Formats: sequence, structure tokens, C-alpha cells
Amino acid sequence: METKKNGRAPVSQKPHRIEKPEHPEYIGGSVKIQINEKELTVPLGTTILEACRDNHIHVPTLCHHDDLCIAGVCRVCVVEVENMHALQASCAFPITAPIKINTATPMVRKARKHIIDLLLSEHYGECYSCFRNNNCELQTLAKEYGVDHYNFGHIEKPKYKIDNSSYSVVRDMDKCVLCKRCIRTCIDLQEVGVLEAIGRGDETHIGTFLDKQLSDVICINCGQCINRCPTGALRANDPRDEIWEAIDNPKKHVVIQTAPSPRAAIGEEFGLEAGRSMTGELNTALRRIGFSKVFDTNFTADLTIMEEGTELILRLYKALVKGEDADKVPQFTSCSPGWVKYLEHFYPEYIDNLSTAKSPQQMFGAVIKTFYAQEANIDPADIVTVAVMPCSAKKFECNRSEMDDSGFKDVDYGLTTRELAQMIKETGIHLPELPKSEFDNPFGEASGAGLIFGATGGVMEAALRTVIELVTGGKVEDLFENANITPVRGFEGIRYVELPITEVGEVPEMYKKYFDSWDWLKGATLKVAVAHGTANAKKVMEDIKAGGKFSECHFIEFMGCPGGCIGGGGQPIPTNATIRAKRAEAIYAEDEGLPIRKSHENPHIGYIYEKFLTDGPCGDKSHKLLHTTYTKRGEYIA
Amino acid sequence: MLVFEKTSLAEEIEQLIEKYGNARSALLPVLQEIQSKHRYISDYAQQEVARHLKIQPVEIYSVITFYAFLNSKPKGRNIVRVCKTISCDMKNKISIVKAVERELGIKMGETTSDNKFTIEYTNCLGLCDEGPAMGINEQVFTKLTPETAVKHLHEVVG
Amino acid sequence: MEKLKERNGKVLFSNYTLGEGVRKALSLSRDDILFEVKDSKLKGRGGAGFPVSTKWMLAAAAIADEKYVICNADEGEPGTFKDRVLLVEYPELVFEGMIIAGYAIGAKNGIVYLRGEYEYIRKSLEDFLVQMRKDNLLGKNICGKEGFDFDIKIFLGSAAYICGEETALIESLEGHRGEARNRPPYPVNTGYDGMPTSVNNVETFACVPHIIINGGEWYNNFGTKKSSGTKLFSVSGDCEKPDVYEWEWGITINELLEKVGAKNTKAVQVGGASGICVPKSEFDRKIAYEDIPTGGSIIIFNENRDMLKVLKNFMEFFVEESCGQCTPCRIGNTKLLEGVEMIENEEYTFAYLNKLKDLGKTMQVASKCGLGQSSPNSFLSILENFKDEIFYHEAGVENGN
Ligand SMILES: Cc1cc2nc3c(=O)[nH]c(=O)nc-3n(C[C@H](O)[C@H](O)[C@H](O)COP(=O)(O)O)c2cc1C
Ligand code: SF4
Ligand code: SF4
Ligand code: SF4
Ligand code: SF4
Ligand code: FES
Ligand code: FES
Repeated sequence: METKKNGRAPVSQKPHRIEKPEHPEYIGGSVKIQINEKELTVPLGTTILEACRDNHIHVPTLCHHDDLCIAGVCRVCVVEVENMHALQASCAFPITAPIKINTATPMVRKARKHIIDLLLSEHYGECYSCFRNNNCELQTLAKEYGVDHYNFGHIEKPKYKIDNSSYSVVRDMDKCVLCKRCIRTCIDLQEVGVLEAIGRGDETHIGTFLDKQLSDVICINCGQCINRCPTGALRANDPRDEIWEAIDNPKKHVVIQTAPSPRAAIGEEFGLEAGRSMTGELNTALRRIGFSKVFDTNFTADLTIMEEGTELILRLYKALVKGEDADKVPQFTSCSPGWVKYLEHFYPEYIDNLSTAKSPQQMFGAVIKTFYAQEANIDPADIVTVAVMPCSAKKFECNRSEMDDSGFKDVDYGLTTRELAQMIKETGIHLPELPKSEFDNPFGEASGAGLIFGATGGVMEAALRTVIELVTGGKVEDLFENANITPVRGFEGIRYVELPITEVGEVPEMYKKYFDSWDWLKGATLKVAVAHGTANAKKVMEDIKAGGKFSECHFIEFMGCPGGCIGGGGQPIPTNATIRAKRAEAIYAEDEGLPIRKSHENPHIGYIYEKFLTDGPCGDKSHKLLHTTYTKRGEYIA
Repeated sequence: MLVFEKTSLAEEIEQLIEKYGNARSALLPVLQEIQSKHRYISDYAQQEVARHLKIQPVEIYSVITFYAFLNSKPKGRNIVRVCKTISCDMKNKISIVKAVERELGIKMGETTSDNKFTIEYTNCLGLCDEGPAMGINEQVFTKLTPETAVKHLHEVVG
Repeated sequence: MEKLKERNGKVLFSNYTLGEGVRKALSLSRDDILFEVKDSKLKGRGGAGFPVSTKWMLAAAAIADEKYVICNADEGEPGTFKDRVLLVEYPELVFEGMIIAGYAIGAKNGIVYLRGEYEYIRKSLEDFLVQMRKDNLLGKNICGKEGFDFDIKIFLGSAAYICGEETALIESLEGHRGEARNRPPYPVNTGYDGMPTSVNNVETFACVPHIIINGGEWYNNFGTKKSSGTKLFSVSGDCEKPDVYEWEWGITINELLEKVGAKNTKAVQVGGASGICVPKSEFDRKIAYEDIPTGGSIIIFNENRDMLKVLKNFMEFFVEESCGQCTPCRIGNTKLLEGVEMIENEEYTFAYLNKLKDLGKTMQVASKCGLGQSSPNSFLSILENFKDEIFYHEAGVENGN
């Protein structure tokens, strides 16, 4: 009498199991219903909410989220269904019979108003001091239902202490409406499992294991919960004040790098539709804000490809030819700090499979405080480096104790897309109206390979563009039209690709010290895989543990967030599959338009190896500066 | 927690998992056994159970805090629960409460310093016809008077 | 099983021989049983009063690898203890009812969800199950019926009133917090482990063997037109003989008070904390689905009781026992309790109390499960029926303590 699987979320929060014909056109495949007197035909099993939305009938929601399983807990979406004594939650009600629905009866309106009133009565927080002001689903509901006073009183004192222990995520439970989206995100979508409902009755709240602070539990800082929280209860740890202070300090040389994903999404913060890249406008804005230099993270993404690609080749050489360290293959990407911490907690035994190459953000920090400081003749102690990232985990990453190889804290602040948009607004600029401008030198130009890091599969594609050309001596374009390696693209959770190496070319100069022929790779098949979102990462890791097909891979790209960085925890809110797809499109389009699309062809990369990292990729210098180590954290919490 | 305590607890949990299986549906019975033996489910126990069930410790904590008879914080070796619901309330449960509090020198919700007793309120025990009612561990006592209530306390510890 | 005291009743508290019901049932076809139950017009005794045959027929019609019969012994409604008496004194009726249900719907597994507070009964139930297995009333090919296997397990709760709600109960069985599920789908379609499941009350099951032996017609002869059969009543509060009684449906409150020796009665709470409070002026009302339906909890208040304190006790109960997932119930009950405290402290306005009553009505329709849908009942009925007492504060009205 055991349940068959370890059902994670309660069944009540899972989509319903309804046996239905394959196609709505088949007999029994659809149902005739009435919504507000209007006759409609909907596929069997459609929820009332979906039926309403498909037919442009507005129903307010709060706990519902397109990315997540059903909860049905807020009750804001209730509607009347004829012959049922109680109101029904439209988000949770699957239509399996010809029913008559009414979405705007007096009873419905009153109930919704009451629910909003109740939520507000317990909501401690002021909109004007809240980062979700103007982008808050609770606030929107209050407005929609014309709340002009507190019908059931208002809480006077905060009930909870704000938890800002984490470098990445701040929890302010006084603003929580208990919609459980964060739980469903953390347990179901990400399969990390940091947050759950604690206590019952009026004591119910969202908490962690033993109600510890977030920094003491296994949170991977992905920030996916922030992106899906309807209110200001979850937010990123915001360094704006410190950054303003640095900018205003004439002694400080404040340097900013921007990653591609924020550029593809920041327009949304200014009312633009998703999918418009704002790279040029952003450069102008950043200079107006007062940053001394504006650099492109893609430059170090190119550097990452050189380092990580070389590392891969060397690992393969060691394993295949010398028979050493075979268990360090597959090599895992390490540029997603959410993923890295996930692995450190849940699969610490695989820590050696992680590429030791730092992420582009951290490489940049290290390069700025060394090479750039030297070139520009500035005391690195006076340099403040800021990184604009789509990610909340990047905040944690830059605070890792391992990250000070420049002799200083490599990156001082990680700034999310949302926070940067805020700084731009504070400066009084409307981003879309600005003229475009270029990045600063000496890292002015980056390749399209670095750009596509932002989408899931991008790191893999960038690496392949370089590795293929280095090994075969040919052109990627001959294998993949326009150098678009489409098999690794897309949003499928896990993708697996095999690339036979039929021909090999000359060994490039920089590798001659390791071997002088590629023959050991000739006839081999390069096996690679891509996984995004830790739930998918988990599947791949479990397969590897069990010795499945992924254990045979040579290189695997893992991204902590669903969709990769474009879906990162620092990106504009809201998020859903359509928005993420549009952001990805923007990035791929920008890549296609660039003159240089392969990391090894970036002349600035050549320059830095020539001038600074003189012993080449994975040489001693780069090892000291651009590579790092990891910590076996494990799951146990003391 | 000392190392040997940990190992013995880990072994105990392993046996429980053997008995009930490692499906999620085994969670309550496993927690109940740990609770009834130790009177609480320690951090370590929660994490061990989570590991066996392949779920996260927070899910266990979440379940423990939901049920009134499961605790994550240490309690006395004997847990006394006095019904506070309506029928017992009308039968003067307050006199029972006062007697118990006086006898043990603690207030409801507290644990005696020798760790022998924790006293707390509970909701209806389903003995309303024989109220006021109280439970001590798994046993129940009915038609209490202040005197018999106190007598039962002492009987239980022997 | 040994009876603790002499009990008399027309159905449940009548004589019964172990195994009689199951043997008779196994001589019938599954359909015969379903129709016999249908003829009896038996309704669920857990409170909601859903026709048992309808539930069983849906479960029987469902096609699935496994099906489950679950006995809801979470009896947590304040003032209810009849299931305890059945489990202690008449377990054969309950278990046989489950076996018959299993036979009728095609289930092999029965689970008794026993509330944590009843842990002390567990041992005797387990022993009884062992005995039944020996007698081949449980196990394989029961009573020689080729191919009919059925067994019963006991699952202990850990004290949460909401786990009596059938979908919360299933969540709890599956190792989760007892949070009610969205319905549809109903348990008869997607229940325990995602399989068709019939959840019934202890008393519901206990009725079944008698119905099978004597026929649905016979059962239907008791009670009223819409309320067939007899009902167990858990009577407590201000009366001489608090106890569990078996009476036919249709008994008036006056008759009932007479039988249990209640004097100077001012009010009767029918249906526990989630039921309604009936004032003296309405004591001629009948307890039946036609008038006042109930799961059988009767709490009697004499003239000395302070109804506001009673209400406060109920509301405190709900604030604690709400599972806390849905807004109307989690926050709504707190607001109602606050309202009661306002009255207590004389800090209320009638305008605000009217708002709260309105809120109560929203809770009745917008809450996710029966707890939040019924928790405002006593708030609404006590404030309505006892407004004179509550708002005039007659002198000398005190509770026992
Ligand atoms: C809050 C709440 C508590 C309940 N508690 C019980 C209970 O203790 N026992 C019970 O049999 N039914 C209880 N029910 C009713 C069950 O949900 C369900 O309707 C019943 O078990 C079905 O059995 P029946 O049809 O035989 O009555 C409760 C319902 C709610 C909403
Ligand atoms: S969470 Fe929303 S409603 Fe609350 S203070 Fe912030 S903006 Fe206002
Ligand atoms: S940041 Fe990620 S891991 Fe941490 S609580 Fe949120 S969803 Fe879970
Ligand atoms: S923290 Fe945010 S997402 Fe989580 S339950 Fe509260 S309001 Fe919802
Ligand atoms: S009505 Fe109450 S008990 Fe039921 S689901 Fe909502 S909060 Fe939980
Ligand atoms: S949106 Fe449907 S219940 Fe919350
Ligand atoms: S009220 Fe105390 S046992 Fe029911």
C-alpha cells in the first residue's frame, strides 16, 4: 500500500489527470460550455481559467502562474458554476462536462473583494518603499477592485524579521500572501527544495528547514522564486546604494560590465515588449549614470570559451590518450553559479568534473583589476567593478571566498537587470529614447559566441564553434548553416547531440606544447549535452550516477535557471515561456548580425594572450587568475 | 548531539525505513515512531529521514509543524495534553489545568526542569461525554477532578 | 467485542454475529450490493450526507489497477465521539462494512485513518484484524469466495482536525501536510495514490452489514422520507446522561433533550463547532436532512452558559485547525475571532459586525474545503440567535469557570 513515487508536491498542486482523446476534434475530445451566456466549445480538461483567457474574459488570479503546477489557494479567481453551491477556483477547475459559468456575479465580485481585503489586512508593507511598486500583483488586484480603505483593519507591527542573510535573496515575509508560488518553484520547478509552508492555521508561513535563515540552508541563489513571487516578499539583495556611493566618490574608478541577457530584457522594464535588445542604448545610459568604463561581459565569455575549451581538450587528451583522470570526463560547465552551488550541495562527489574556468563575470573582474589596471595605469585598489547580470546567484558568486585572485575582490557588486533599470530610472532617463553607443576599449569587441551564452545551449554552441574549428581546421559554416549549431538550441529540458569527428587539421600553435597531432581524436564522436533548470540537471546527474548515456558524454552544459540566463533570477518580472523565448530570439538575432561569431577569432582575445596571459589558455598565468576551485558543501545542515 | 547518539539514531531510522519502506507514504508512521520514542524529532533525524525518502528536510519540517502531535523541539519525557474544547471547557477544564500547573510548578506550554513533563492544551479528544479529559502520552483519562488528574500524573511516571 | 455498557438501538446497537454481513454479501453479486445500498438510501454519516450508493457506483465504474476503501476515523469535530464507541465496541461492523465496500467497488485494500488521539484504541483494532484474518474474513479468497482478496491496515493520524476532510486525509496518508485538494477530481476518480478511492465515515460502514442482511427496504423504513435509517448521536454538555445514542432520523430537539435528561436548556449546538446553534424557540425542529442535518454532534447549553464564550471557543478552534492554505479560511477565521473579542471587550460597532457576517458568507462559498465553508456557521447562527444575550449582557450569565 505504498504510494508508487515520491510525489514531491502534493497532488492537489499538480495538474489533473484526465483521460482524454488525443485530439479535441475526436469524439469526447471537447465540451460545449457557457461563459457569461456565451456558448463556447473547449477541449476536454481545459481549466475554466484557460477557457476564459482564450476567449478574452478577464479573471483575476494571484496564486496561478503559467510556469507552475496548480495550487488553487488564493481563491481570487473564483467563479460561479451553475448548480454548484460553492464558488469554484477557475484556475483549478478542469472542464469535463457541459457547465455554465458566470465570472461576474455579485457573489463573485464580493468574494474577490473580501479576499483582497483579507490579504491586505495582514499585509505589512508600504507600496512606495517596495521594489514591486507598480509591478505587484497584489497592488494590481487592490486597484482593480477599487480598494480605498482597509475593510478589515490593518496589521500594525511586522510579524516577521526580514531575512537578508543571503547574498542573493531577501525574504520579507510580512509581504507574503502565501500563494505558494515560491514553494512550487523551488520544490517542483527547480527541485531544490528550500522553501515550504511551515505551521498551520493562522501560523502558516513560508519557511526553510527549521526556519533557518536562507544563508544557512541549501538555497542555490537561483532567484527563480523571486521571479515568480507576485509581491515584494522576495527580492534580490540590492547593492544600488553602495554602487551610487562608489560612483559619487571621485577617487573611485567604477567599471561596469554588462552581460547579454540583461540587454535582451531590460527594455521590458521600460514598457517595451520582450525580445528587444538594448545594448547600444544601455551603453549610453551607463555612461550617463556615471560609470567610468563600460565593458562587454561577452569579451570574457570569449575568454571563458578559450579556457574552458582548452581545458576540455586537455581533459580528453589525458583521459583518452594517457588514460589519466578518466573520471573527470564529462566536463561540466561552471559559468552558472546557481548550478555550481547545486552541484556542490547535491553532487559534491562530482566537483572535479566542473570546469575550473571561472565564469565570464569573475574572469572579467580578475582581468580588470590586473591587466586593465596595468594598461590604464590605475591602482586596482581604487577600481570598483560592477557586473550587470540576469542573475541573483551572481551576487553570491562574487562574494565567494575563492574569488579574489586579483589580490582584491574580483567583482565588487553583482547588479541584476531589475536593479540596473531602477538606477537608470533614478538618473531620469528613459532608456528606449537614448542614442546608441559602443563599448569601451581595450575589451571593446566581443564575438557572437559570447553573446549567446545567455540562452540555454549557448555556451555549448560557443564552445563547439571554437573546438570544431581548432580541431578540424575547417569552418563551422561547412557543418552548420551560417554557424548556427541548431541541434543544441531550443527549450527542451535536456538535449543530447553527437558530433562525429571525421577529419582533423593542424594542431594550433598554442597547443603544440601538449601534443603535435590531432590523430587521437580522428574518428571519435564528440558527445555533448545541454540541460537547463536544476530539475533537468538533476535528471542528467542521476543518469550519470547510474552510468547511463550521459556518463559517456564529453562535455555537458548546465544552467541553473529554466531557459538559461535569459530566464535568470535577476530578470524583469513577470516571466513565462513566451517571454523567455522572445529574449532568446533577440540574442540569437544579434549574434547573426555580428561580424565575429567565434571566440578564437576575437582579436582582443588574441591581444590579451599576447600581452598578458602569455603562456596561453590554461597556462600558469591564466590558471592563477582565471580558474578557481569549488567547495564540497553537501546536503547536511548543522 | 554526540556522535554515538547520532549513529544509534541513524540505525534506528534505517530500521524504521526497512519496516515502512522509503515511499513518501511512509513518512507519517516513521515520524510517529521517532516522536513516540524520543518525544521530538531532532534536526538530525529529520535530515536522515529526508535522505532515505529522497525528499528535502524542509518538507519533513513542514509536515512536522503541521501536525499537533509531532514536534521538532525537545519536550518532556511525558506529554500531558488537556482538552480545551467546548464540552470539557464547560466541565471546568480550567480547574484541571490549574491543578496540573500547580503540581508541576510550570505553566501550560512549558516543560519541567527535570524534563519529566511537558503540559499543553489540545483540541477535542473525542471523550466529550466523559469530560474533562486529558491525555498523557498515548493514554487518556476522563471524568477528571483536580485530584484524580494529579494522581494520574504520578501514576504515569511510576 | 465486549461492550462497555448496555446499548440499545434499532440498527447499529442491535445484535450482530461476526461475519454474518460479509458472508451474506459474498453470496450476492457486486451489483446486488450496490442496489441494496441504493435502496436503503443510506447517506454518508461523516457530515456531508452524500448518498453512499452514488459514491460506490462511481468508484465501482472507474477502471484502474488499484482501488481503495478508506474508513474515515479522524472524528475530530468537537462534541463527536460516536465513531470511538463503534471502533471500541462494534469494530466488526466497521470492518465488515469496509470489506463489503471493497467487494462492491472492486478494491483489495482498506485503510482505516485513525486519529492520533485514538492511538489507545489501535491495539485492540489490530488484534481484531488478526482475528478476522484467522477467520478468513480478511485475506485471500475471503470466506471461500474465489478471487476476492481484501485486507485492512490501520494508519494513525497525528492530530489535525482538517485530516477528517477526505482529500486532506488522503494527502496525509500520502505523507504530506493535510491540506485539502482541489475538487474535481474527486477521490472516487483520483484518490489515494491517484487511484479511485471511496472514503466513508466509520458509522457509514457500520450500517452496511445490517443493510445487506436485512435489505435496503428494511433500513429505509426507519427515519423520515429523505433521511433513511437511524443515526448515532454524540451528546455532551449540560445534561444528565451524556453518551452515544442511536435514534431514528426525525427526532426533534425537544424529544432528544428529554431522553438525555437536559434541563433549563438554552441552546443546542447541532453538528459540532462547524454546525449551527439552535435556540430554545426552535427546539421543535427535527434532526433530519429535511430540517437540520448533522454528523451527530449534540452539545447542550443550559441557561447559565455565556454564548459568546462558546462562540469564542469555537472560533479559536478553527483558527488553529484551519490548514492555512486558502485565504478566506486562514485569514477569515482570524477576523471572525477578532470580532468575537471585540464584542467581548465592547470595542465593536454593528457596522463592522455586519461586515464580518458578510465575510462569513463569503467564506461559506469561497473557501477551498468544507472547513472554511462551515466554520462561519456558528459565528452567524450564535450572533443571530443570541443577539439579545450577547449585546445586552444580561446580569449573572457566567460559564462554569
Ligand atoms: C473539516 C472537515 C472535517 C471532517 N471530519 C470528518 C471526520 O472526522 N470524519 C468523517 O467521517 N468525515 C469527516 N468529514 C467529511 C469527509 O470529508 C467526508 O465527507 C466523509 O468522510 C465522507 O464519508 P461519508 O460519505 O460516509 O460521510 C470532514 C469534513 C470536513 C470539511
Ligand atoms: S508587495 Fe505590493 S502591495 Fe505590498 S507593499 Fe509591495 S507593492 Fe505594495
Ligand atoms: S533562490 Fe532558488 S534555491 Fe533559493 S529558495 Fe529561491 S528557488 Fe529555491
Ligand atoms: S513569498 Fe512570494 S511567492 Fe512565496 S508564498 Fe509568499 S507571496 Fe507567494
Ligand atoms: S478552507 Fe481552511 S481548511 Fe480548507 S483548504 Fe482552506 S484553509 Fe485549508
Ligand atoms: S488563482 Fe486560482 S485560486 Fe489562486
Ligand atoms: S471537548 Fe474535550 S474531549 Fe471533546
